[in-house]
Amino acid sequence: MLLVNEDSDLLVEEAPVKTDVLCYHCGAPCIVTGINIEEKAFCCDGCKLVYEILNTNGLCDYYKLQSHPGLSQIKPIRNYKYAYLDNEEIAKKLYKFTGGQYTIVTFYIPGVHCTSCMWLLEHLNKLDENITESRLNFTTKEVTIHFRQEKISLRKVVELLATIGYEPYISLDDSGKVKAKGFDKAKIYKLGIAGFCFGNIMMMSFPEYLSHNSGIEHQYASLFRYLNLLLSIPVFFYCATEFFTSAWKGLQQKMLNIDAPIVLALLITYSRSIYEILSGTGGGYLDSMSGIVFFMLVGRVVQERTYRSISFNRDYKSYFPIAVNVVTSSGIESRSLEMLKEKDVVQLHNDEIIPADAIVVKGNARVDYSFVTGESDPVVIKPGETVYAGGRQVGEELTIQIIKPVAGSYLTSLWNHYAFSKNKIKENKDNSAVHLLSKYFTYVLFSLAAMTAVYWWMHDPSKILPSVSAMLIVACPCALLLAATYTNGNLLRILSNNGLFLRDASVIEQLGNIDHIVFDKTGTLTQGSNHFHSSGHQLSEQEKNWLYTVVSSSKHPYSKALVAYLGKREKLKVAGWKETTGKGLEAYIDFNRILVGSAAFVGVAPAVKEKATLYVRINDKITAFFFIPEFRENVPQVIPKIAQHYTMSLLSGDNDKQRPLLQELLGIRSDLRFEQKPIDKLQYIEDLQRKGKKVMMLGDGLNDAGALQQSNVGITLADDINNFTPSCDAILDAKKFERFPSLLKLARSARSIVILSFIVSVLYNFIGLYISMTGRMSPMIAAILMPVSTLSIVLITTGASSLLGKYLGLSLKNQ
Amino acid sequence: MSALYLLILASIAVAATFLGAFIWSVKSDQFEDQKGASMRMLYDNEIIQDPIIEITKE
Repeated sequence: MLLVNEDSDLLVEEAPVKTDVLCYHCGAPCIVTGINIEEKAFCCDGCKLVYEILNTNGLCDYYKLQSHPGLSQIKPIRNYKYAYLDNEEIAKKLYKFTGGQYTIVTFYIPGVHCTSCMWLLEHLNKLDENITESRLNFTTKEVTIHFRQEKISLRKVVELLATIGYEPYISLDDSGKVKAKGFDKAKIYKLGIAGFCFGNIMMMSFPEYLSHNSGIEHQYASLFRYLNLLLSIPVFFYCATEFFTSAWKGLQQKMLNIDAPIVLALLITYSRSIYEILSGTGGGYLDSMSGIVFFMLVGRVVQERTYRSISFNRDYKSYFPIAVNVVTSSGIESRSLEMLKEKDVVQLHNDEIIPADAIVVKGNARVDYSFVTGESDPVVIKPGETVYAGGRQVGEELTIQIIKPVAGSYLTSLWNHYAFSKNKIKENKDNSAVHLLSKYFTYVLFSLAAMTAVYWWMHDPSKILPSVSAMLIVACPCALLLAATYTNGNLLRILSNNGLFLRDASVIEQLGNIDHIVFDKTGTLTQGSNHFHSSGHQLSEQEKNWLYTVVSSSKHPYSKALVAYLGKREKLKVAGWKETTGKGLEAYIDFNRILVGSAAFVGVAPAVKEKATLYVRINDKITAFFFIPEFRENVPQVIPKIAQHYTMSLLSGDNDKQRPLLQELLGIRSDLRFEQKPIDKLQYIEDLQRKGKKVMMLGDGLNDAGALQQSNVGITLADDINNFTPSCDAILDAKKFERFPSLLKLARSARSIVILSFIVSVLYNFIGLYISMTGRMSPMIAAILMPVSTLSIVLITTGASSLLGKYLGLSLKNQ
Repeated sequence: MSALYLLILASIAVAATFLGAFIWSVKSDQFEDQKGASMRMLYDNEIIQDPIIEITKE
């Protein structure tokens, strides 16, 4: 669909770069000039409106805290969008607390990004006195609002937020999960207590290390020992509990996971220490034990850090409206999606999503299925024909009759596929190389222990127990666990600083094993059907018809592209149509003067962007259209780099118009498939996996949801990471797509780093093992070996991964 | 030398107080929103135009 010829200069001139006039509200360049209040310029009417609201309420400090703090208001919010919140049933589900005069509600606001956002959201009471309090959690982007529900409805509150540019994201499905997602306090308590006990035990063990050569400390020895014992109780019985439960769960499933040998070592260390202390034969190894528990907990906390404002588990429900307008005998009522039944008649407005498979009753449907299929052009559907759930109505109002319940619709039935029932997190963990390694490690350890026992049984049976137990203590595979957790923790940090957010650490290993990448087309490699971005005045449907009438008679490539963008429309009666070569078009429809062409022709100051821009002037309203290139930024540079390491395929729901272009991009060997339904994509991935491939799926929409779920690693490419993304393993910030090859390289090297540090720790283990097998292990040596080996592992893993990240040109700091 | 017993107990008591403070701070949600508090302190009072802009622009 590349209609735009690079060197066509008939209509549009490349606009010269002028001094940037930035929107006072959102900071976007003002393509259209003239939307001003005093000396302040705005990019669109929406931004101007927000400024006016804030100005009349004395809230202009908003602009002083940060320059251009606002969010672009170019897409107006429909005023009936939140009508469903008047339905008390639905509203109740959102309330956190309601009773007496006040109601408390919490919203997730994706747009929060700076000090000004926070300031404004915490001064909502200045905008409406019936909002008594509002407080923002900046980390989770959640605002908690207290309001008088008798004076102001929930709908009004949400609409107020939307008008000032902070539209909340409302989903009944998510509201329950958000709370569970909060950070794990129990883990932090455990960490704190383990740290406290470890420090104190270490301190009180010092006399023990030196007790060989001085007698003064001796009288205190038993005091120190019993204090240590006391301090170790919370470490063993509280802080270490998660290792016990994990090992036990593994054993129940006949799995020897990494926690099993660690628990064994902890048990033996603890019981031997208790025995030594109670019998007065020694000081035990409580310092080493609590140290190990502490460092392992640190590793886990580092590794399991979560991105609290990102959701990885959204399904189709998050995309669908919460409620729809149902036409009943008593008028129109708002009904939540779960209550929607077959035969219900539903009214849909422009831009609303069809909630379930239905038949068009009234109105002309122009349905955009890009969401569901990836097919980019809207489909025209006449009354009496079927529309499918997930499609978006574009244009006029539509009345439809539901024929299938929401959960049984064509799109939503994809979620009944068995791919959605498996637990990927668990599978990843069970198949992890760390667990495999630890299994062999355990076998080797047991045979060594048996050999030692046999040896001492023949020579000096009294040394069997001490040497075997010392050996099991020293050879605890905590080094392996530490190596893995610290490497993963640091990699997660580097990856997220460079725009790749993983659901959890187990994805890193999967990412390193990938050998085949499957791309989605629309929205991932290409930018969708709209080859234009529009700015300035938003055209109404009627004005779009006018514009269509005017440009459809022109042969210019830009006109043709605009026709394709507008879609097939009604042609109206036109008067005085005139094309001036090199300048533009002029025509009159119903006495409205319409001009299409360059900035000078239309009579505005030229654009600030270097992009090819087309101006439309209807009477005195100006709209600018600028072209979006075919591929996403950086895609042509990134794909060849990826091709060096991976085989690739492309799955598209679209037709194969762009096949030659894409084949050239991906290479001849790559498999390209078009007109793929969501279920086809899923099955294609399954086929590849059956052939032994480890597949990564890179997609963006709901139509990829099945494939993302089935693939070994499903990555969603998102322009805004806080926006809606289908369920996936990782989210990649589209703005940082150029770093993707380096990020993959880093993930591939994770395993080598783990193995390298593991080898180092095994060296320490051998020294320790040798000492304990010969029966010369003392608390002093154990006390030195443990922290030294732990520290070297921490240094090697974080150091190596950071160095590698730097070498690959990635940024190590949060930007 | 019996002073040492007292000192040891005292030192553990002091350390335990800090542990208690840490647990209290986690419990009272002080780690829930680490960025927010640092921003909120900037606008407690009415804003004096110039200096604030300089601070936030850094």
